[in-house]
Amino acid sequence: MLKIKNYVKVKSIAEAYELNQKKSACVLGGMIWLKMGNRNVSTAIDLSGLGLDTVQEREDEFHIGCMTSLRDLETNAALNEFTQGAVRESLRHIVGVQFRNCATVGGSIFGRYGFSDVLTMLLALDTWVELHHAGRIPLAEFAQMKKDRDILEAVIVKKTPQQSVYLSQRNTETDFPVLTCAVSLCGGRARTVIGARPGRAKIVEDPDGILNGLTEMPETERTGAVQKFAEYAAEHTTFGSNMRASEEYRKLLAEVLVRRAWETLGGMKR
Amino acid sequence: MNLSFWLNGKLCNDEVEPGMMLLELLRTKGCYSVKCGCETSNCGLCTVLMDDRPVLSCSVPALRAEGKKIVTMEGMQKEAEEFGSFLADEGAEQCGFCNPGFIMNIFAMERELTDPTEEEIQEYLAGNLCRCSGFVGQTRSIRKYLAYKESQKKEGIRE
Repeated sequence: MLKIKNYVKVKSIAEAYELNQKKSACVLGGMIWLKMGNRNVSTAIDLSGLGLDTVQEREDEFHIGCMTSLRDLETNAALNEFTQGAVRESLRHIVGVQFRNCATVGGSIFGRYGFSDVLTMLLALDTWVELHHAGRIPLAEFAQMKKDRDILEAVIVKKTPQQSVYLSQRNTETDFPVLTCAVSLCGGRARTVIGARPGRAKIVEDPDGILNGLTEMPETERTGAVQKFAEYAAEHTTFGSNMRASEEYRKLLAEVLVRRAWETLGGMKR
Repeated sequence: MNLSFWLNGKLCNDEVEPGMMLLELLRTKGCYSVKCGCETSNCGLCTVLMDDRPVLSCSVPALRAEGKKIVTMEGMQKEAEEFGSFLADEGAEQCGFCNPGFIMNIFAMERELTDPTEEEIQEYLAGNLCRCSGFVGQTRSIRKYLAYKESQKKEGIRE
Protein backbone atom coordinates (compact mmCIF):
# COMPACT_ATOMS: atom_id res chain seq x y z
CA MET A 1 0.00 0.00 0.00
CA LEU A 2 1.17 3.52 -0.77
CA LYS A 3 1.35 5.83 2.24
CA ILE A 4 1.90 9.56 1.81
CA LYS A 5 2.85 11.74 4.78
CA ASN A 6 3.05 15.16 3.12
CA TYR A 7 1.66 16.32 -0.19
CA VAL A 8 3.22 19.36 -1.81
CA LYS A 9 1.89 21.01 -4.93
CA VAL A 10 5.09 22.76 -5.90
CA LYS A 11 5.32 26.29 -7.29
CA SER A 12 8.46 25.68 -9.35
CA ILE A 13 10.66 22.91 -10.71
CA ALA A 14 13.49 24.19 -8.52
CA GLU A 15 11.32 23.60 -5.45
CA ALA A 16 10.47 20.11 -6.70
CA TYR A 17 14.14 19.34 -7.28
CA GLU A 18 15.08 20.47 -3.79
CA LEU A 19 12.33 18.43 -2.14
CA ASN A 20 13.18 15.40 -4.25
CA GLN A 21 16.74 15.16 -2.92
CA LYS A 22 15.42 13.22 0.07
CA LYS A 23 15.31 9.50 -0.64
CA SER A 24 11.87 9.11 0.88
CA ALA A 25 10.39 11.85 -1.34
CA CYS A 26 8.70 10.99 -4.59
CA VAL A 27 7.56 12.90 -7.67
CA LEU A 28 4.01 11.99 -8.67
CA GLY A 29 3.29 11.27 -12.31
CA GLY A 30 -0.08 9.77 -13.19
CA MET A 31 0.03 7.66 -9.98
CA ILE A 32 -1.07 4.60 -11.94
CA TRP A 33 1.98 2.47 -11.25
CA LEU A 34 3.14 4.18 -8.07
CA LYS A 35 -0.04 3.47 -6.12
CA MET A 36 0.28 -0.26 -6.82
CA GLY A 37 3.42 -0.60 -4.75
CA ASN A 38 4.14 -0.77 -1.05
CA ARG A 39 5.87 2.44 -0.19
CA ASN A 40 6.06 5.06 2.52
CA VAL A 41 6.49 8.45 0.90
CA SER A 42 7.55 11.28 3.20
CA THR A 43 6.83 14.01 0.63
CA ALA A 44 4.76 13.47 -2.48
CA ILE A 45 5.73 16.11 -5.03
CA ASP A 46 2.93 17.14 -7.35
CA LEU A 47 3.97 18.99 -10.53
CA SER A 48 0.43 19.39 -11.82
CA GLY A 49 0.27 23.12 -11.05
CA LEU A 50 3.26 24.06 -13.23
CA GLY A 51 1.57 24.05 -16.63
CA LEU A 52 3.73 21.18 -17.86
CA ASP A 53 0.78 19.30 -19.30
CA THR A 54 0.79 20.39 -22.93
CA VAL A 55 2.36 19.48 -26.25
CA GLN A 56 3.81 22.56 -27.92
CA GLU A 57 4.72 22.45 -31.56
CA ARG A 58 7.76 24.65 -32.21
CA GLU A 59 9.65 25.36 -35.39
CA ASP A 60 12.05 22.44 -35.09
CA GLU A 61 10.63 20.27 -32.31
CA PHE A 62 7.65 19.09 -30.30
CA HIS A 63 7.99 20.09 -26.66
CA ILE A 64 6.02 17.61 -24.52
CA GLY A 65 5.63 18.66 -20.88
CA CYS A 66 6.22 15.88 -18.36
CA MET A 67 2.64 16.04 -17.05
CA THR A 68 1.09 15.66 -20.52
CA SER A 69 -1.36 12.79 -20.42
CA LEU A 70 -0.92 9.84 -22.75
CA ARG A 71 -4.35 10.68 -24.14
CA ASP A 72 -3.21 14.19 -25.13
CA LEU A 73 -0.22 12.68 -26.89
CA GLU A 74 -2.46 10.16 -28.64
CA THR A 75 -4.84 12.81 -29.92
CA ASN A 76 -2.26 15.46 -30.85
CA ALA A 77 -2.90 16.03 -34.55
CA ALA A 78 0.48 17.61 -35.40
CA LEU A 79 2.56 14.93 -33.71
CA ASN A 80 0.52 12.18 -35.32
CA GLU A 81 0.80 13.75 -38.72
CA PHE A 82 4.56 13.97 -38.21
CA THR A 83 4.80 10.28 -37.22
CA GLN A 84 2.19 9.03 -39.72
CA GLY A 85 -0.02 7.90 -36.83
CA ALA A 86 2.68 5.78 -35.18
CA VAL A 87 2.43 7.65 -31.87
CA ARG A 88 -1.33 7.11 -31.75
CA GLU A 89 -0.87 3.43 -32.58
CA SER A 90 1.62 3.05 -29.73
CA LEU A 91 -0.85 4.48 -27.21
CA ARG A 92 -4.33 3.43 -28.19
CA HIS A 93 -3.98 -0.11 -26.84
CA ILE A 94 -2.99 0.99 -23.34
CA VAL A 95 -5.95 -0.01 -21.15
CA GLY A 96 -8.63 2.62 -21.80
CA VAL A 97 -9.24 6.31 -22.40
CA GLN A 98 -9.72 6.96 -18.66
CA PHE A 99 -6.37 5.34 -17.91
CA ARG A 100 -4.60 7.35 -20.61
CA ASN A 101 -6.17 10.56 -19.26
CA CYS A 102 -4.42 9.82 -15.95
CA ALA A 103 -1.06 8.37 -17.03
CA THR A 104 1.59 10.94 -17.90
CA VAL A 105 4.43 10.98 -20.41
CA GLY A 106 6.86 11.95 -17.65
CA GLY A 107 5.77 9.04 -15.45
CA SER A 108 6.17 6.55 -18.29
CA ILE A 109 9.54 7.84 -19.46
CA PHE A 110 11.12 8.57 -16.08
CA GLY A 111 10.09 5.11 -14.85
CA ARG A 112 11.80 3.49 -17.86
CA TYR A 113 9.45 0.56 -17.47
CA GLY A 114 10.14 -2.55 -19.49
CA PHE A 115 6.53 -2.77 -20.61
CA SER A 116 6.41 0.85 -21.79
CA ASP A 117 4.92 1.34 -25.24
CA VAL A 118 5.76 5.05 -24.99
CA LEU A 119 9.47 4.44 -24.38
CA THR A 120 9.65 2.06 -27.35
CA MET A 121 7.93 4.55 -29.64
CA LEU A 122 9.91 7.62 -28.59
CA LEU A 123 13.24 5.78 -28.87
CA ALA A 124 12.52 5.33 -32.56
CA LEU A 125 12.34 9.11 -33.04
CA ASP A 126 14.95 11.81 -32.53
CA THR A 127 13.91 12.22 -28.92
CA TRP A 128 15.60 14.06 -26.07
CA VAL A 129 14.72 14.53 -22.43
CA GLU A 130 15.03 17.79 -20.52
CA LEU A 131 16.16 17.23 -16.95
CA HIS A 132 16.24 20.02 -14.39
CA HIS A 133 19.81 19.31 -13.26
CA ALA A 134 21.43 17.39 -16.12
CA GLY A 135 19.88 19.43 -18.94
CA ARG A 136 19.03 17.99 -22.35
CA ILE A 137 20.26 14.50 -23.12
CA PRO A 138 19.23 11.97 -25.79
CA LEU A 139 16.46 9.63 -24.68
CA ALA A 140 18.58 6.65 -25.75
CA GLU A 141 21.20 7.68 -23.19
CA PHE A 142 18.58 8.43 -20.52
CA ALA A 143 16.95 5.03 -21.03
CA GLN A 144 20.20 3.32 -20.06
CA MET A 145 20.81 5.44 -16.97
CA LYS A 146 19.94 4.38 -13.45
CA LYS A 147 17.16 6.32 -11.75
CA ASP A 148 18.43 9.33 -9.84
CA ARG A 149 16.90 12.30 -8.00
CA ASP A 150 16.71 14.61 -11.03
CA ILE A 151 13.38 15.93 -12.34
CA LEU A 152 12.22 15.21 -15.86
CA GLU A 153 10.70 18.44 -17.13
CA ALA A 154 9.91 17.63 -20.73
CA VAL A 155 10.37 15.23 -23.59
CA ILE A 156 11.52 16.77 -26.86
CA VAL A 157 10.83 15.20 -30.23
CA LYS A 158 12.99 16.84 -32.88
CA LYS A 159 11.44 17.37 -36.27
CA THR A 160 14.16 15.35 -37.99
CA PRO A 161 12.54 14.04 -41.18
CA GLN A 162 11.40 10.51 -40.47
CA GLN A 163 8.98 7.75 -41.30
CA SER A 164 7.94 5.41 -38.51
CA VAL A 165 5.82 2.36 -37.81
CA TYR A 166 4.76 0.95 -34.45
CA LEU A 167 3.53 -2.57 -33.72
CA SER A 168 2.82 -4.47 -30.51
CA GLN A 169 1.48 -7.83 -29.48
CA ARG A 170 -0.79 -8.42 -26.52
CA ASN A 171 -2.28 -11.64 -25.19
CA THR A 172 -5.55 -9.80 -24.79
CA GLU A 173 -6.77 -6.29 -25.55
CA THR A 174 -5.78 -3.69 -22.91
CA ASP A 175 -3.19 -6.00 -21.28
CA PHE A 176 0.52 -5.21 -20.95
CA PRO A 177 2.32 -5.92 -24.23
CA VAL A 178 4.12 -9.20 -24.77
CA LEU A 179 6.44 -7.40 -27.16
CA THR A 180 6.65 -3.91 -28.66
CA CYS A 181 8.43 -2.84 -31.81
CA ALA A 182 9.03 0.54 -33.41
CA VAL A 183 10.99 1.14 -36.58
CA SER A 184 11.93 4.36 -38.27
CA LEU A 185 13.95 5.90 -41.01
CA CYS A 186 15.08 8.90 -39.02
CA GLY A 187 17.33 11.36 -40.83
CA GLY A 188 17.84 8.63 -43.45
CA ARG A 189 19.10 6.19 -40.81
CA ALA A 190 17.31 2.92 -40.04
CA ARG A 191 16.38 2.54 -36.39
CA THR A 192 14.70 -0.46 -34.79
CA VAL A 193 13.51 -0.59 -31.19
CA ILE A 194 12.27 -3.67 -29.37
CA GLY A 195 10.56 -3.34 -25.99
CA ALA A 196 8.70 -5.43 -23.41
CA ARG A 197 11.45 -8.03 -23.89
CA PRO A 198 10.30 -7.94 -20.96
CA GLY A 199 13.22 -5.65 -20.08
CA ARG A 200 13.57 -2.00 -21.07
CA ALA A 201 13.22 -1.14 -24.73
CA LYS A 202 16.49 -1.33 -26.67
CA ILE A 203 17.68 0.03 -29.98
CA VAL A 204 18.89 -2.62 -32.40
CA GLU A 205 21.58 -1.16 -34.63
CA ASP A 206 22.17 -2.21 -38.21
CA PRO A 207 25.99 -2.33 -38.26
CA ASP A 208 26.16 -4.27 -41.54
CA GLY A 209 23.89 -1.78 -43.30
CA ILE A 210 21.37 -4.48 -44.28
CA LEU A 211 18.64 -1.87 -44.59
CA ASN A 212 20.76 0.79 -46.33
CA GLY A 213 18.84 2.26 -49.24
CA LEU A 214 15.75 0.19 -48.39
CA THR A 215 13.20 2.42 -50.05
CA GLU A 216 15.17 2.54 -53.33
CA MET A 217 15.70 -1.23 -53.58
CA PRO A 218 13.76 -3.35 -56.12
CA GLU A 219 10.94 -5.19 -54.32
CA THR A 220 12.54 -8.67 -54.30
CA GLU A 221 15.76 -7.25 -52.88
CA ARG A 222 13.78 -5.26 -50.33
CA THR A 223 11.91 -8.38 -49.17
CA GLY A 224 15.20 -10.21 -48.72
CA ALA A 225 16.81 -7.32 -46.82
CA VAL A 226 13.86 -6.97 -44.47
CA GLN A 227 13.80 -10.72 -43.74
CA LYS A 228 17.55 -10.76 -43.18
CA PHE A 229 17.39 -7.82 -40.79
CA ALA A 230 14.41 -9.28 -38.89
CA GLU A 231 16.42 -12.46 -38.28
CA TYR A 232 19.45 -10.37 -37.28
CA ALA A 233 17.37 -8.28 -34.83
CA ALA A 234 15.83 -11.32 -33.16
CA GLU A 235 19.24 -12.96 -32.90
CA HIS A 236 20.98 -9.90 -31.44
CA THR A 237 18.40 -8.93 -28.82
CA THR A 238 18.17 -10.39 -25.33
CA PHE A 239 14.76 -11.68 -24.29
CA GLY A 240 13.40 -13.08 -21.06
CA SER A 241 10.40 -14.97 -19.77
CA ASN A 242 7.60 -13.80 -17.53
CA MET A 243 3.96 -14.71 -16.90
CA ARG A 244 2.96 -13.30 -20.32
CA ALA A 245 5.37 -15.13 -22.60
CA SER A 246 8.50 -17.20 -22.70
CA GLU A 247 11.90 -16.09 -23.96
CA GLU A 248 11.58 -18.41 -26.97
CA TYR A 249 8.16 -17.04 -27.90
CA ARG A 250 9.39 -13.45 -27.67
CA LYS A 251 12.34 -14.23 -29.92
CA LEU A 252 10.05 -15.71 -32.58
CA LEU A 253 7.64 -12.84 -32.18
CA ALA A 254 10.41 -10.24 -32.49
CA GLU A 255 11.39 -11.57 -35.89
CA VAL A 256 7.78 -11.36 -37.08
CA LEU A 257 7.10 -7.87 -35.71
CA VAL A 258 10.38 -6.43 -36.98
CA ARG A 259 9.76 -7.92 -40.42
CA ARG A 260 6.16 -6.65 -40.56
CA ALA A 261 7.12 -3.19 -39.34
CA TRP A 262 9.88 -2.81 -41.94
CA GLU A 263 7.61 -4.24 -44.65
CA THR A 264 5.08 -1.55 -43.77
CA LEU A 265 7.66 1.20 -43.71
CA GLY A 266 9.17 -0.09 -46.95
CA GLY A 267 5.77 0.18 -48.61
CA MET A 268 5.41 -3.58 -49.11
CA LYS A 269 2.48 -3.85 -46.75
CA ARG A 270 -0.25 -1.53 -45.49
CA MET B 1 -5.12 19.39 3.94
CA ASN B 2 -7.79 21.66 2.56
CA LEU B 3 -9.39 20.87 -0.76
CA SER B 4 -11.83 22.97 -2.70
CA PHE B 5 -13.55 21.54 -5.77
CA TRP B 6 -16.87 21.35 -7.59
CA LEU B 7 -18.84 18.15 -7.18
CA ASN B 8 -21.86 17.76 -9.44
CA GLY B 9 -22.21 21.53 -9.67
CA LYS B 10 -21.78 22.26 -5.96
CA LEU B 11 -18.68 23.87 -4.47
CA CYS B 12 -17.16 21.64 -1.76
CA ASN B 13 -14.52 22.41 0.84
CA ASP B 14 -13.05 19.40 2.57
CA GLU B 15 -10.19 18.37 4.77
CA VAL B 16 -8.46 15.37 3.20
CA GLU B 17 -5.54 13.13 4.09
CA PRO B 18 -2.45 13.59 1.85
CA GLY B 19 -2.66 10.07 0.41
CA MET B 20 -6.42 9.95 -0.10
CA MET B 21 -7.64 8.97 -3.56
CA LEU B 22 -10.53 10.72 -5.26
CA LEU B 23 -12.60 7.53 -5.21
CA GLU B 24 -12.52 7.37 -1.41
CA LEU B 25 -13.38 11.04 -1.06
CA LEU B 26 -16.35 10.80 -3.45
CA ARG B 27 -17.77 7.83 -1.57
CA THR B 28 -17.45 9.61 1.76
CA LYS B 29 -19.47 12.40 0.16
CA GLY B 30 -22.27 9.98 -0.70
CA CYS B 31 -21.46 9.31 -4.34
CA TYR B 32 -22.00 5.57 -4.12
CA SER B 33 -22.26 5.13 -7.89
CA VAL B 34 -18.45 5.42 -7.87
CA LYS B 35 -17.26 1.93 -7.05
CA CYS B 36 -13.96 0.30 -6.36
CA GLY B 37 -13.53 -2.68 -8.65
CA CYS B 38 -10.01 -3.83 -9.46
CA GLU B 39 -8.05 -1.00 -7.79
CA THR B 40 -5.35 -1.64 -10.40
CA SER B 41 -6.59 1.02 -12.87
CA ASN B 42 -7.95 -1.58 -15.27
CA CYS B 43 -11.68 -2.09 -14.91
CA GLY B 44 -13.11 1.43 -15.40
CA LEU B 45 -15.68 0.99 -12.64
CA CYS B 46 -14.55 4.12 -10.79
CA THR B 47 -14.77 6.41 -13.86
CA VAL B 48 -15.82 9.99 -13.16
CA LEU B 49 -15.51 13.14 -15.22
CA MET B 50 -12.83 15.62 -14.21
CA ASP B 51 -13.22 18.87 -16.16
CA ASP B 52 -15.29 16.85 -18.68
CA ARG B 53 -12.61 14.19 -19.19
CA PRO B 54 -13.09 10.62 -17.97
CA VAL B 55 -10.54 9.59 -15.33
CA LEU B 56 -10.09 6.65 -12.99
CA SER B 57 -10.92 8.04 -9.56
CA CYS B 58 -9.05 5.13 -7.91
CA SER B 59 -5.82 6.53 -9.38
CA VAL B 60 -6.29 10.28 -8.97
CA PRO B 61 -5.07 11.76 -5.67
CA ALA B 62 -7.98 13.67 -4.14
CA LEU B 63 -5.78 16.76 -3.87
CA ARG B 64 -5.43 16.86 -7.66
CA ALA B 65 -9.13 17.73 -7.80
CA GLU B 66 -8.34 21.22 -6.42
CA GLY B 67 -10.40 23.74 -8.39
CA LYS B 68 -11.69 21.08 -10.79
CA LYS B 69 -15.21 20.14 -11.77
CA ILE B 70 -15.96 16.53 -10.83
CA VAL B 71 -19.11 14.87 -12.15
CA THR B 72 -20.34 11.47 -11.01
CA MET B 73 -23.48 9.66 -12.09
CA GLU B 74 -25.32 11.30 -9.19
CA GLY B 75 -24.94 14.54 -11.13
CA MET B 76 -26.28 13.06 -14.37
CA GLN B 77 -29.32 11.15 -13.14
CA LYS B 78 -31.65 12.22 -15.94
CA GLU B 79 -29.15 11.43 -18.69
CA ALA B 80 -28.25 8.12 -17.03
CA GLU B 81 -31.90 7.08 -16.84
CA GLU B 82 -32.32 7.94 -20.50
CA PHE B 83 -29.35 5.85 -21.57
CA GLY B 84 -30.28 3.11 -19.08
CA SER B 85 -33.52 2.48 -20.92
CA PHE B 86 -31.56 1.79 -24.13
CA LEU B 87 -29.31 -0.58 -22.20
CA ALA B 88 -32.31 -2.41 -20.74
CA ASP B 89 -34.04 -2.64 -24.14
CA GLU B 90 -31.05 -4.57 -25.46
CA GLY B 91 -30.85 -6.87 -22.44
CA ALA B 92 -27.44 -5.44 -21.63
CA GLU B 93 -28.01 -4.29 -18.05
CA GLN B 94 -27.59 -7.58 -16.11
CA CYS B 95 -26.20 -7.06 -12.59
CA GLY B 96 -25.51 -3.37 -13.24
CA PHE B 97 -22.37 -3.22 -11.11
CA CYS B 98 -20.21 -1.88 -13.96
CA ASN B 99 -22.90 0.44 -15.32
CA PRO B 100 -22.02 3.73 -13.55
CA GLY B 101 -18.41 3.81 -14.78
CA PHE B 102 -19.48 2.55 -18.18
CA ILE B 103 -22.22 5.16 -18.54
CA MET B 104 -19.93 8.01 -17.45
CA ASN B 105 -17.46 6.99 -20.14
CA ILE B 106 -20.25 6.90 -22.74
CA PHE B 107 -21.16 10.49 -21.84
CA ALA B 108 -17.50 11.45 -22.26
CA MET B 109 -17.40 9.68 -25.61
CA GLU B 110 -20.59 11.41 -26.73
CA ARG B 111 -18.91 14.77 -26.08
CA GLU B 112 -15.57 13.85 -27.64
CA LEU B 113 -16.43 11.86 -30.76
CA THR B 114 -18.72 12.84 -33.59
CA ASP B 115 -20.70 10.02 -35.17
CA PRO B 116 -18.30 7.29 -34.01
CA THR B 117 -18.04 3.98 -35.88
CA GLU B 118 -18.51 0.70 -34.04
CA GLU B 119 -14.74 0.26 -33.99
CA GLU B 120 -14.26 3.73 -32.48
CA ILE B 121 -16.92 3.01 -29.84
CA GLN B 122 -15.23 -0.23 -28.87
CA GLU B 123 -11.83 1.43 -28.71
CA TYR B 124 -13.12 4.28 -26.57
CA LEU B 125 -14.82 1.90 -24.16
CA ALA B 126 -12.02 -0.69 -24.01
CA GLY B 127 -11.20 0.45 -20.49
CA ASN B 128 -14.62 -0.56 -19.15
CA LEU B 129 -14.74 -4.23 -18.34
CA CYS B 130 -18.04 -6.05 -18.02
CA ARG B 131 -18.10 -9.64 -16.91
CA CYS B 132 -21.73 -10.58 -17.23
CA SER B 133 -23.86 -8.89 -19.87
CA GLY B 134 -21.33 -8.87 -22.68
CA PHE B 135 -20.28 -6.22 -25.13
CA VAL B 136 -22.55 -7.03 -28.10
CA GLY B 137 -25.76 -5.87 -26.44
CA GLN B 138 -23.98 -2.88 -24.92
CA THR B 139 -22.63 -1.78 -28.30
CA ARG B 140 -26.09 -2.16 -29.86
CA SER B 141 -27.61 0.00 -27.14
CA ILE B 142 -24.95 2.69 -27.56
CA ARG B 143 -25.49 2.87 -31.31
CA LYS B 144 -29.25 3.19 -30.86
CA TYR B 145 -28.79 5.80 -28.12
CA LEU B 146 -26.40 7.88 -30.24
CA ALA B 147 -28.76 7.67 -33.23
CA TYR B 148 -31.62 8.81 -30.97
CA LYS B 149 -29.58 11.75 -29.64
CA GLU B 150 -28.61 12.71 -33.18
CA SER B 151 -32.24 12.67 -34.30
CA GLN B 152 -33.14 14.78 -31.26
CA LYS B 153 -30.50 17.32 -32.25
CA LYS B 154 -31.87 17.47 -35.80
CA GLU B 155 -35.42 17.88 -34.46
CA GLY B 156 -34.15 20.75 -32.32
CA ILE B 157 -32.60 22.43 -35.35
CA ARG B 158 -35.85 22.09 -37.32
CA GLU B 159 -37.92 23.58 -34.49
